[in-house]
Amino acid sequence: MMAEYQTTTAAKDAPKPKGPGWSFNWVGRIGLAIMLFWGLVAFVGPWLAPHPPGEIVDWDYFGPVSGDYWMGTDYLGRDIFSRILMGARYTVGIALAAVTLACTLGVILGMIAAVAGGWFDMVLSRLLDAFNGIPSLLFGLVVVAAVGSSIPVLILTLTAIYMPGAYRFARALAVNVNTMDFVTVARARGESTRYLILQEIFPNILGPVLADLGLRFVFIVLVLSGLSFLGLGVQPPNADWGGLVRENIEGLSLGAPAVIFPSVAIASLTISVNMFIDNLPTKIRDRSE
Amino acid sequence: MTDPLVTVEKLRIGATTDSGRKVEIIKGVDFEIAPGEIVALIGESGSGKTTIALSLMGHTRTGCKIEGGTIRIGDCDMTAMSNRARAALRGTEVSYVPQSAAAAFNPSKRIMDQVIEIAAIHELMPRAEAEKKAVELFRALALPDADTIGQRYPHQVSGGQLQRLSAAMALIGDPKLVIFDEPTTALDVTTQIEVLRAFKSVMRAGGIAGVYVSHDLAVVAQIADRIIVLKGGEIQEVGGAEQILNAPRDAYTKQLLAAFEPVPHQPEEQPAQSAKPKPVLEVFDLCAGYGAIRNGEPAAKILKDVSFKIERGRNLGVIGESGSGKSTLARAVAGILPAYRGGVIVDGTEMKPDLKDRSKAELRRMQMVFQLADTALNPAHSIGAILARPLTFYEGLRGKAREARVTELLDMVHLPASLRHRLPGELSGGQKQRVNLARALAAKPELILCDEITSALDTVVAAAILELLKELQSELGLSYMFISHDLSTVEAICDDVLVMYKGEVVEALPAATMSSEATHPYSRLLISSVPKLDTGWLAGLEQDPELVAQFANR
Repeated sequence: MMAEYQTTTAAKDAPKPKGPGWSFNWVGRIGLAIMLFWGLVAFVGPWLAPHPPGEIVDWDYFGPVSGDYWMGTDYLGRDIFSRILMGARYTVGIALAAVTLACTLGVILGMIAAVAGGWFDMVLSRLLDAFNGIPSLLFGLVVVAAVGSSIPVLILTLTAIYMPGAYRFARALAVNVNTMDFVTVARARGESTRYLILQEIFPNILGPVLADLGLRFVFIVLVLSGLSFLGLGVQPPNADWGGLVRENIEGLSLGAPAVIFPSVAIASLTISVNMFIDNLPTKIRDRSE
Repeated sequence: MTDPLVTVEKLRIGATTDSGRKVEIIKGVDFEIAPGEIVALIGESGSGKTTIALSLMGHTRTGCKIEGGTIRIGDCDMTAMSNRARAALRGTEVSYVPQSAAAAFNPSKRIMDQVIEIAAIHELMPRAEAEKKAVELFRALALPDADTIGQRYPHQVSGGQLQRLSAAMALIGDPKLVIFDEPTTALDVTTQIEVLRAFKSVMRAGGIAGVYVSHDLAVVAQIADRIIVLKGGEIQEVGGAEQILNAPRDAYTKQLLAAFEPVPHQPEEQPAQSAKPKPVLEVFDLCAGYGAIRNGEPAAKILKDVSFKIERGRNLGVIGESGSGKSTLARAVAGILPAYRGGVIVDGTEMKPDLKDRSKAELRRMQMVFQLADTALNPAHSIGAILARPLTFYEGLRGKAREARVTELLDMVHLPASLRHRLPGELSGGQKQRVNLARALAAKPELILCDEITSALDTVVAAAILELLKELQSELGLSYMFISHDLSTVEAICDDVLVMYKGEVVEALPAATMSSEATHPYSRLLISSVPKLDTGWLAGLEQDPELVAQFANR
């Protein structure tokens, strides 16, 4: 009754009432700024690095923060600051590629399954459920052990691990939207499945799907770091942030900055993505409501 | 004269919207309720009737706030009290019967435990005594199996029974005032009678005062002593039920009453056609159902051998109670739910049962409009895009031509062209339903299936939509299949009527003579159960109890 009252007044007083806009709050803006910062670093990092990331530049190992080495040096005396700048390219790049692939595939398959229903839905859902039962790190271990570690293999492995979740999520949302009258109207008009999925259903699940994408990105960064920590991720002398933590783990007892700063980098990226996703502009978030 | 039980003075309630704007919902309302008197609050959605009713318990919905004025119940000032003191009064002094009893009961607890909960919370009486009292109330409310019904779970009783049980829940603490919030709106007409009778006799016997919130004047006429007409948070008129119904003073009250009067439908004069015209829709032996299909028949069969004809330019009404298969019939005709037997012939061409197998040209001829206007419009698309799609889809219109046609369609349903940049969420209920009609018209159909299209709208708005339908019919030569549970709307627009009961057509007859010539007992029961604008109607109504028991599955 309240809502009815408001909409009628809103409809009367202006030609175009100010609907949900693109602006969003400060928490979201800070998150976006940090994300953009890391994205930029991934692009131009190698040129900014004060020292060659793979070279031993300090005679001491686990060196402290100093004017020359802003974030100290690692277990071989390499500059951590330069290595983090370089690692951003691997971490952000691989995670972004994997999450895009996983969510695109998962959401498209999920929507098709919801609209088509029947045996297609049943077979696909059970298959992906079964796949979901395999522990993610174990699956990564086996694949990398079998075919060796390279960047494409890492991306595809992470995609395979996270696609079923994205599928389940999108399918659950799409099944709800699929029963709405406006989808029935479109179907009664004779629209194709493709139109139903892209025009009627997708815009209405976009908000939650983006939130899911952000969450999945964070998980992928963490699993990638985990794989690298086990020595199965990016191979030396290159290293992503997880690899940096692993290399320098002995420095933990010495209080070396070499292990702290890569951890901070991982934390800042994952937290900022969540901050942004939780505070998306209302224009995207409230579409489904 | 005795002191009033409830005194409301200069009540103002405001709310803050999501965008931070302040809105005044109730703008200074004064009224009194005497002990034992039933007062009805009547008005459209948005008039503030529920907000006022809830404020009598000192409660407001989230976001709303009582900003001024006083509410006194007996000796207590509800507005000045602490929350804890108010909570002590709820259930013992004032209690509440919600619109949806199904949503008000916890499905995982037995009914008896929930009915006597008020007695337990306020420690009014020991459990055994409370249960005894509950059973007495069940009897007073004419519930069947009064001794054992409390042992059932909410899903094991019917909707009308559940509504009476929720009244028992409200009455167990011997309140002085009971608030009824549209308690019969969701019920079928035949069930409504039973529920209203039960409410009335219990309230009279206990001398309890009541506030009855409703949008339906005819229902209110049966139960209220006085009526308060509300609009936009202000009182338009207060008066005795007889006076409001027979001699309204306020213009808005007159408008409400006028919207209620059925205007008999005048059939369109058809120009004499040279050839014998084919019926626009012919349905024969249609059978449809839901569930897994075995041996070509679905598990749950809903429609059983439905046959009818709609001649060009004429309108067919389909009436029946919930569960009678009215909507299923529309879905089967449209092909949304493929029929497993029988056929649908549109304009001489037999349609395939499943809409997937029908051609674009076949689909275009028959369009459907749904009951809930807002779920039928994609919230992510603008009105312009929603109307443009069928134009592109059926006729391949693009650019300027399509834009012009969208404006034309909006004009046909009396909406301004500027509306096409809006999203559905920014429109009112009536406007949304007009957009739905415009979308159906975009396909240039010959037949429109209207599934309860006015049921979710306010009386005045619904009357305007019916006017629009008639106007469009005379301009475009359409035919409507009009599904409704509301007999007066059917009378207002239809030439012929089908009465449905449990998936079968029990009777087909002309709409104009529906009330006088119905012969099937079920149609007679249904027609006699529609409340009339007459305070003595319920008391004077006599129905054969055997007939009621036979057809109303309560």
